[in-house]
Amino acid sequence: MTMSEGELAIAEARFVRKQTLEQQPPPASMAGPIGWVRENLFSSPFNIVLTILIVLLALWVIPDLLRFVFFDAVWTGTDRNACLESVQNRPIGACWPFVWERLPYFIYGSYPIPERWRVDVFFVLLAVGVTWLLWLNAPRRSLGVFYSFVVLPILSYILLSGMPSIGLPVVDTVLWGGVLVTIVVASVGIACSLPIGILLALGRRSDMPTVKLFSVLFIEFVRGVPLITVLFMASVMLPLFVPEELSPNKLLRALIGIALFASAYMAEVVRAGLAAIPKGQFEGAMAVGLGYWQMMRLIVLPQALKITIPNIVNTFIGMFKDTSLVFIVGIFDLLRTIEVSRIDPKWATPVTSTTGYLVAAIFYLVFCYGMSRYARMTEARLSKATRR
Amino acid sequence: MLCVLVVLVVYAAASNAVDNLKRANVASGFGFWDQAAGFDISQTLIEYSASISTYGTAFWVGLLNTLLVGAMGIVIATILGFTVGISRLSKNWLLAKVATGYVETIRNIPLLLQLLFWYNAVLKALPDIRDSHRFFGSYLNNRGLFVPEPLRDPGFGWVEIAILIGIAGASAFYYWARKRQMATGQQAPIALVTLGLVVGLPFVLFLLLGMPLHFDAPQVGRFNITGGLALQPEFVALLLGLSVYTAAFIAEVVRAGILAVSHGQTEASYSLGMKSGPTLRLIVVPQAMRVIVPPLTSQYLNLIKNSSLAVAVGYPDLVQVFTGTVLNQTGQAVEVVAITMLVYLFISLFTSLLMNIYNSRVKLVER
Repeated sequence: MTMSEGELAIAEARFVRKQTLEQQPPPASMAGPIGWVRENLFSSPFNIVLTILIVLLALWVIPDLLRFVFFDAVWTGTDRNACLESVQNRPIGACWPFVWERLPYFIYGSYPIPERWRVDVFFVLLAVGVTWLLWLNAPRRSLGVFYSFVVLPILSYILLSGMPSIGLPVVDTVLWGGVLVTIVVASVGIACSLPIGILLALGRRSDMPTVKLFSVLFIEFVRGVPLITVLFMASVMLPLFVPEELSPNKLLRALIGIALFASAYMAEVVRAGLAAIPKGQFEGAMAVGLGYWQMMRLIVLPQALKITIPNIVNTFIGMFKDTSLVFIVGIFDLLRTIEVSRIDPKWATPVTSTTGYLVAAIFYLVFCYGMSRYARMTEARLSKATRR
Repeated sequence: MLCVLVVLVVYAAASNAVDNLKRANVASGFGFWDQAAGFDISQTLIEYSASISTYGTAFWVGLLNTLLVGAMGIVIATILGFTVGISRLSKNWLLAKVATGYVETIRNIPLLLQLLFWYNAVLKALPDIRDSHRFFGSYLNNRGLFVPEPLRDPGFGWVEIAILIGIAGASAFYYWARKRQMATGQQAPIALVTLGLVVGLPFVLFLLLGMPLHFDAPQVGRFNITGGLALQPEFVALLLGLSVYTAAFIAEVVRAGILAVSHGQTEASYSLGMKSGPTLRLIVVPQAMRVIVPPLTSQYLNLIKNSSLAVAVGYPDLVQVFTGTVLNQTGQAVEVVAITMLVYLFISLFTSLLMNIYNSRVKLVER
């Protein structure tokens, strides 16, 4: 086929690139560190002002903080003189020797020193149980549940409060303290709140009017009042309601208060999970002939609990923080051991309080932040199943 | 069967309670309400004196103190929380990181610890009266914060009336402008007129009347500060602690609410030719508020319930005065704890009632 004159001329004027150009890096102002800084720190006049303000704030706060924790801190000493500005003639930061000396008290409270190995064993047993439950791919998880909710409580009780017949002297709960009490209160709260909370949540969805009424009243009542009034109720009213000879000790009363309070919150979390299960699951279970408890145990609860794990963990975090309130009804938890130590004349200095609170803050921060990371991890894992 | 069980347990508990109370020689009933209290309260909003006031008055003093710290805490926590929540979504990397750090740290430390920190490590560590920090005529020391107290001169009543007239006028103008916009599409400068009526009018009157307001500045004596408005360290610590703590939770609520408005809404609004200001005001915020308000209210309730931790720093709130001192003096645990719980329960249920009404009003109307 031949082309006409005109067409040929156009064809020759046409330019078609046969090879691709070599790729060029993006302009330096848009990529790399400079681009990142422009994009994220200086993208508009307002952002420039913000960035400058924040940098100034950081320059003001961070050096002071570092000086307090490290550079001006006191690392060795035997009593308050080591941490007194007037004695040492230099600015004083955190008083760490106070923490070193008081650390056993912060952890064990007044637990008798020769018996403290029992607390250590308890910590190890608890750690095993917690890991078993939290590690989603762990072997024999049902055994783990049995261990954590049946074996562990009995073992811990024998271990901590003692059983003279097997050679463990009795240790009165008045002597328990510090991290030990914080952990005991939190774990009892967690271990009790889950089953009671599930029962209450099922009760609230029940068809039986009395059960439903009781569950609703209990949940709404407890959620409507502050924890501290529940603790007050447990500590001053509980002894009234039982015969004098059965009167529970201080720690047990607080434990009952915490467990009741936590169950009501847990019930609402579980209820939300139950509400998310499609009706077809219930109907399917009934259609294959399962009874109410079989249906709940085998079909509904496993699904409902699975999707509520993140919320359950968040409730645990709240409860772990709330255990500090037992302080107010006179129980020696971590916070109270710190309160007692910081006003001890041997160590009382202007920096002792701040140092003590810093230790407590780090303890709670590590535990709670760890739990919230775990909640986020399981959330991501669970959403994997439904992500497309 | 459950019914029988519950009745049995309640009966056993009640009979035990009667036995135990009889043994402890404690009167029951609410007769103590009208008895003289005989103890002092450090902060009273209504008239109260240890010698003549009754336990009933002490109850009202405590309740008002709870409501005072609750109301002020809610205002501060809301402002701080919204600021932090929006900052977490900022394009400015540093700001977003600082806001995230704030939320993660504050949320994971118990409130009680934070209150003790503010009270014992910050406010009690302040210098004494002679070396007070001074700023804007205020004094900050270990006895609290002393600020100048505004006192009204005779003519100030007119300014207050002008403010009321301004608010009434502004709302009337708002309805008129809305109606006209619906009818004709013409917009009126609502913001400007409102500002003029509510702030401008009273301010002009204030100047015309020769500024009928003076400040009673605190005077530093050798051991004491006289005059001015004194905020006790207990109050300041509780307010600071509650606001800072709750703000972290409010920030999360706000962030979740804003993220819940899909980006398509913003894009659609831009493509209709709206600028970013009106887009935020008319499209994003109303939809976000629907998600934000219910959890925000439960945070407000948490703040009020958490104010009961006042007992740890010694601020005379309901729990400290009533469940603390009154209970110890009268020994009537059942009555006192029940009253306290009912008060909190009433506040909670009343708020949830309001919340349900709000929810049914803003609910998405679907087919």
